[in-house]
Amino acid sequence: MTAVALAIAVFLAVAVVVYVALPFLREPEPESDALVELDERERRRLELLERRDRALAALKEVEFDHRTGALTDEDYRSLVGPLRRDVASALQALEEITTEDVPRPPEEEGQPVRARTST
Amino acid sequence: MPELGSAALLVTFGLSLYALGAGWAAAAQGKRRLAQSAQNALVAAFGTTLVASVVLLVALLRNDFSFTYVAKTTSRALPTPYTISAFWGGQEGSLLLWLLVLTGFAAFAVATKRRWERELVAWVTPVLGAICAFFAFLLVAVASPFATQVAPADGAGMTPSLQNPYMLAHPPTLYLGYVGLAIPFAFALAALLSGRTDERWLVATRRWTLFAWAALGVGQLLGAHWAYVEVGWGGYYAWDPVENAALMPWLAATAFLHSVMIQEKRGMLRIWNVLLVILAFSLSLFGTFLTRSGVVNSIHSFTQGAIGPWFLGFIVLVVAVSLALVFWRLPLLRSPTKLESVVSREAAFLYNNLLLLALCLTILWGVVYPLVSEALRGEAVVLGREYYDFFLRVFGLPLLLLMGIGPLVAWRRASLRSLVTTFRWPTLVALASGVILLALGAGSSIPGLVAYTFSAFVATTIVLEFVRGTRARKALGATSWPGAFASLVARNRRRYGGYVVHAAIVLLAIGIAGSSAFDSVAEARLAPGESMTIGAYTLTYRSLEERQTQNATEQRAVLDVQRGGRELGTLEAGKNAYTVEAQVSNEVGIRSDPLTGEDLFVIAEQIDPDGSVQFRVFVKPLVNLIWIAGGVFVLGSVIALWPDAREQRRLAARAYEIGVPAAR
Repeated sequence: MTAVALAIAVFLAVAVVVYVALPFLREPEPESDALVELDERERRRLELLERRDRALAALKEVEFDHRTGALTDEDYRSLVGPLRRDVASALQALEEITTEDVPRPPEEEGQPVRARTST
Repeated sequence: MPELGSAALLVTFGLSLYALGAGWAAAAQGKRRLAQSAQNALVAAFGTTLVASVVLLVALLRNDFSFTYVAKTTSRALPTPYTISAFWGGQEGSLLLWLLVLTGFAAFAVATKRRWERELVAWVTPVLGAICAFFAFLLVAVASPFATQVAPADGAGMTPSLQNPYMLAHPPTLYLGYVGLAIPFAFALAALLSGRTDERWLVATRRWTLFAWAALGVGQLLGAHWAYVEVGWGGYYAWDPVENAALMPWLAATAFLHSVMIQEKRGMLRIWNVLLVILAFSLSLFGTFLTRSGVVNSIHSFTQGAIGPWFLGFIVLVVAVSLALVFWRLPLLRSPTKLESVVSREAAFLYNNLLLLALCLTILWGVVYPLVSEALRGEAVVLGREYYDFFLRVFGLPLLLLMGIGPLVAWRRASLRSLVTTFRWPTLVALASGVILLALGAGSSIPGLVAYTFSAFVATTIVLEFVRGTRARKALGATSWPGAFASLVARNRRRYGGYVVHAAIVLLAIGIAGSSAFDSVAEARLAPGESMTIGAYTLTYRSLEERQTQNATEQRAVLDVQRGGRELGTLEAGKNAYTVEAQVSNEVGIRSDPLTGEDLFVIAEQIDPDGSVQFRVFVKPLVNLIWIAGGVFVLGSVIALWPDAREQRRLAARAYEIGVPAAR
């Protein structure tokens, strides 16, 4: 091995060890070392939010397809009812498990649910 | 410097093992700093693999033949671009490229994780660590690109067929696809390991899957064009095992991209989707195994080596562990909803999935059949083109039709009245096209005629979807028609990007049907001054020319081309004799008609000392639509891949609603 190669190899080894150990070097004694995980309540909320968003997206698509003429009035009426009920039941379930204050998203991170339902 | 390359790879191996072990421990015990440290190891592994890659690249560019790999794959006379492409032209170098791309993707995936993905990424890290460790092990212990020898005066050179500009782009693009499928696989396994089988893994991997799938598609088209212009047999796809090796994971990924929509929209097919991701990645490993092990005879299988058994063992391990995890998590993967009607969009997607999978498994059986027959009967029986063509028609034509039917059928269920309304115009256009083509003589090939008719059906549905959608957006308040069109695409990039990809598949189908079902061929031995005809073309052999390039002697037969009495210029076809490699390659002559998409394709099969040449000439109608389809495919993929700010906001809002800030 040439001297240059040896020097690069040594530098590489040191850099790698430091980089891998960085989380421990930065926080030798952290307040908490727990990986952020969702608790059961949050997990249930996530499932309901997914269900709500899925139903809202489906509703939007049905409304748009109806508007384009891809769906007849008859099909639209038969589809839109169950979808609205899906949204309502997800929202109701969400309401039921929301017992504490949930922080409102800042403007740049999200929009209210109603705003997202418009096409 | 080879020691530096070896040392860097050894460090990569160590880091990958650390990512596997520490990552597993961190995820299982919920330790944040250890998880971050394991993720840092993956990022560092990319850095050390990059160092190893730079060492090899420098050795190639310096013609350092003390590196066995450099001496095996290059020569002093080789032009610089091909010296660079020698990086992936041999077994060891291509494995290094695999590892470089893999560690790069792994580093990117863990470094750009969002807060709501943390829980999953903690489990993604050991999975990616395991895959990286396997490839690093191969490079360290089985097939090192840094093996050395006493430097010979010159290298052995490069296989002539690899000395083509397409070789600069085709293998790396294909590798981006093969390796890219490792990321969705790692997220799927992470979802199973953590028990978090909600939508997060799908959302986190959506772009990765699309990217890998698009890269595989583009890589295959580049490879097809390489075969067309370089291999010199008059075609672009020969159902070669290595070509099939890239097609199979692409088909599995295509099935996944469709079925994942059913899970997102209806919460169905959770088990199916996980299985498809596992299948796609396993097939990508299998593809690399086929290309690099030399287990099957192929024009693309350029190397043979000792990696075969290791690869096979790893594939078996990947499949076994993945299936065991799926079985373990079955209770979590059961869908809450069921198929409401067999006439619905989700049902159409399901049929599409079954056909794609049937085609994929049929091809797989064709690829492994020689191995199975050799093991059972002691004789390798190769399934020929007829086998693949038959199943392409049986599964491919209904697939083509379904591509048009799917978008016309509503989610959940559709009434007969609705179907009549939406199918009316596409059916009329398809039938009219079929009748006109029959009248024009296209009935000589029934599969070709059916492909054209179905293509007309699909093309009409795509046009109608864009027209109806744009009209609806205009009615909803868009200020202009272009504005309405742009807003339509921007608001649902995946849907309309998908339609553009469908348009590419239609062009591809028309190009394949035209060039394979309606092509013509003629052969003649001509002395200078003599002519031959094929279709409307007349070719007159004018002269034989010889010239010397950096690494080859080129012989070219010059032909004057006429069509219908009109001069179209000259065409050259001949052979290259490569001095260092002591090999001869066919160099075909192609004249493309930009208006009709037709090619006149000339092969100089044999050049005799008296100057006479045996020519084989093809006329390939519409073949250029295949390459145009490539451009349209890229456009559709980019539209679908383009970040959707609206969706990002929705995901951020959802994360915020459960109290997890979405910021990185």
